[in-house]
Amino acid sequence: MKRRFSRQGAGPDVALVADLVAAIGRDRVRNDSAERALLRRDASVFDDGVAGPVCFPGSTADVQAVVRTALRHGRAVVPRGAGTGLAGGAIPLGAPVVVSLTRMNRILDMDNDARVVWVEPGVVNLDLTKHLQPLGFHFAPDPSSQQVCTLGGNVANNSGGPHCLAYGITNAHIIAIEVVLPDGEVALLGGLEAEPPGYDLRGAFVGGEGTLGIATRIAARITPTAPAVRTLLMSFAEVRHAANTVSAVIAAGIVPAAMEVMDQRITQAVENYVHAGYPTDAAAVLLAEVDGLADGVDIDAQAIAQIGREQGATEVRLARDDTERMLLWTGRKTAVGAIAQIAPDYYLHDTVVPRAKLADVLAQTYEIAERHGLIVMNVFHAGDGNLHPLLLFDAREPGVVERVHVAGGEIVKASLDAGGVLSGEHGIGVEKQAYMTLLFTDDDLDHQNRLRKSFDPDCKANPGKVLPSGHSCADIQMLTAVPKGMWV
Amino acid sequence: MTAPPLAADPVLAAFAEEVGATDAVAVEGARTRWAVGGAVADGTRLVKAPTGIVRHEAEEMIVCVRAGTPVAELAATLAQRGQRCALPDHGGTVGGAIAAGENDLLVLGCGTLRASVLEVRYVSAEGRLIRGGGPTVKNVTGFDLPRIMVGALGTLGLIAEVILRTNPLPATSLWAMATDADPFAARDALLRPAAVLWDGTHTWVNLEGHAPDVTAQLALLGTVGRFAEVQGPPPLPACRWSLAPGELRHLHAQQLGGFVASVGVGLVHAERPQPSRALPPTVAALSARVKSNFDPTGRLNPGRNPGAR
Repeated sequence: MKRRFSRQGAGPDVALVADLVAAIGRDRVRNDSAERALLRRDASVFDDGVAGPVCFPGSTADVQAVVRTALRHGRAVVPRGAGTGLAGGAIPLGAPVVVSLTRMNRILDMDNDARVVWVEPGVVNLDLTKHLQPLGFHFAPDPSSQQVCTLGGNVANNSGGPHCLAYGITNAHIIAIEVVLPDGEVALLGGLEAEPPGYDLRGAFVGGEGTLGIATRIAARITPTAPAVRTLLMSFAEVRHAANTVSAVIAAGIVPAAMEVMDQRITQAVENYVHAGYPTDAAAVLLAEVDGLADGVDIDAQAIAQIGREQGATEVRLARDDTERMLLWTGRKTAVGAIAQIAPDYYLHDTVVPRAKLADVLAQTYEIAERHGLIVMNVFHAGDGNLHPLLLFDAREPGVVERVHVAGGEIVKASLDAGGVLSGEHGIGVEKQAYMTLLFTDDDLDHQNRLRKSFDPDCKANPGKVLPSGHSCADIQMLTAVPKGMWV
Repeated sequence: MTAPPLAADPVLAAFAEEVGATDAVAVEGARTRWAVGGAVADGTRLVKAPTGIVRHEAEEMIVCVRAGTPVAELAATLAQRGQRCALPDHGGTVGGAIAAGENDLLVLGCGTLRASVLEVRYVSAEGRLIRGGGPTVKNVTGFDLPRIMVGALGTLGLIAEVILRTNPLPATSLWAMATDADPFAARDALLRPAAVLWDGTHTWVNLEGHAPDVTAQLALLGTVGRFAEVQGPPPLPACRWSLAPGELRHLHAQQLGGFVASVGVGLVHAERPQPSRALPPTVAALSARVKSNFDPTGRLNPGRNPGAR
């Protein structure tokens, strides 16, 4: 007899797995140790998750069946896209049923009058834009992980990206969402109409980090692609000059499509492998892009170049053509990958500060890193004041991880002291829960929890995330414990 | 650092005290949207939100403003430094505009009101001062309380103060009108019109941006119809219909009376009111949970219901 390999495994949760298989089919449920181990992490440094059975639904009805089955077994549910999140939002705590939406990856109807496309949550961000490009449109939010991250993940994290400066973050580009609520009911939040009646539950759902339900169909706004683009590369002898240029551009009444800064260390690492012609001798480079109609982009590009020179730019270069422009963007978007040349591990932070404080807080990141014997690199969405300090380290060095966490905490506090916020686009997840009390009072957090509870009264949707222990329905300590009878 | 408590601001503290924690209370602006979503229940005590512009930081593209401030006053202050915001000026207050959640006629140019509210400071049903969101344009720090307060008609909390995103005023802005143009084709021909309006016969467009771009776009419209510059938009009938943009292709004048439709948006200004639409049961149940969690005794703006508009 031919022996069949069982993807359901023979481990724990036999009754739960049997019910899940009965609900959505054998090929959509996995419970083997490899799958569970794989999905206990995301792209963050946190690795203490414990996954339960893993489901790959193919439809809204499948998702609903999984949620209801998990509920019957008293288990929580954690949705998951591509797992590129950096704050630990997709890490399963307490062996929940993991719902991977990657097989729900169809681009559905397009409505030209509303300029909306309906997609399933597993559609990859860049795939959507590639699909829309021949039609003259694109999906504006463009996180650096856009080659792999999914629309469902973008919705869960209210993701950003370089071009959110002019076009706005994900919330502004999602106008309706079909959701399987934590109790298994299906609801359509928002709508294509101009001003849908009722509370803006759609707006509240975006950025919910999987704690408010699971998006199963998403109406994404599509943006006409501007016919003219100008991309400027400016070099500066001091990081401060680049930061000041960003403030001066905004103060002059120009809102570029994007303004990105890379410091010298990251520029050198990037140039080593993309060969985009980035100047490696500059302390910082500023990538500024304007898009629109031909005359206007020239007016704005000239004004930005002039402001850069006034702020001390040592070189101002206009990308000659689309090829050079794409190369410059490839360098920026793959910057984080380039650091592997320098150190095997990194911790990427994400805070926002008022633009006018950029230079001061940047200076503090260098000072903090040096004091802790770490290397810091800065590559960030300068136009939004969205900092991304990268702390580089080698995890094999004893005690270094602790130093990275302490230094990271100091960077977060420096950002808050400057009047900033905890996260611009990565979310809170498990990474920044403890810092929430630095920004919000108990009453503020109580109201955030009231919003969460409205969607998830029984605390079954991605428990243990966002709100700190004591302010949420779930006790995080309990969730990290391995359930009885569990093997990992 | 712990953020300074809102109660340290005597103006906000006084408003919270006035709202109190026990009886039925409604916030009164300029009453320009007083009947939207139902009338305030009889016997409800009325309060007014504080007024004044706290600070406008043009280089950060934000303004912090008290909710009782007239939208016109805010617009004038922003314009002094070459900026605007997404709030429509119907003669009302900032808090009223946010509670009503309606977009400006130029929404395609200035953005949606929902997306422009970065931080809200409101008084809860328990009389506590609550802060949600943050002062930066990009912010994903926790659950998004500003979103749920926009358009809530004051039924979840009474807005005291907000931080709004501002934007530069366009260098040029002009209205043009044609009587022989397909409004949908006009919209498709333009890159970023601020408005395309249609009354069944006339098509108006608002173009904004750098002067040469506006001139080029106006020339481009020549392929769609004979557009000529006009002083402004047409007078707008009083009732607002909220439709999907595709539905504008099939408007029935008998239902609407005279109308001016916003193409690409789906909003229709009409003589007759839009019939009330019931929320689907699951959405209604979720909305009821939101209401009871934020206002367990139902004391905030009783009688008003954002789902019944």
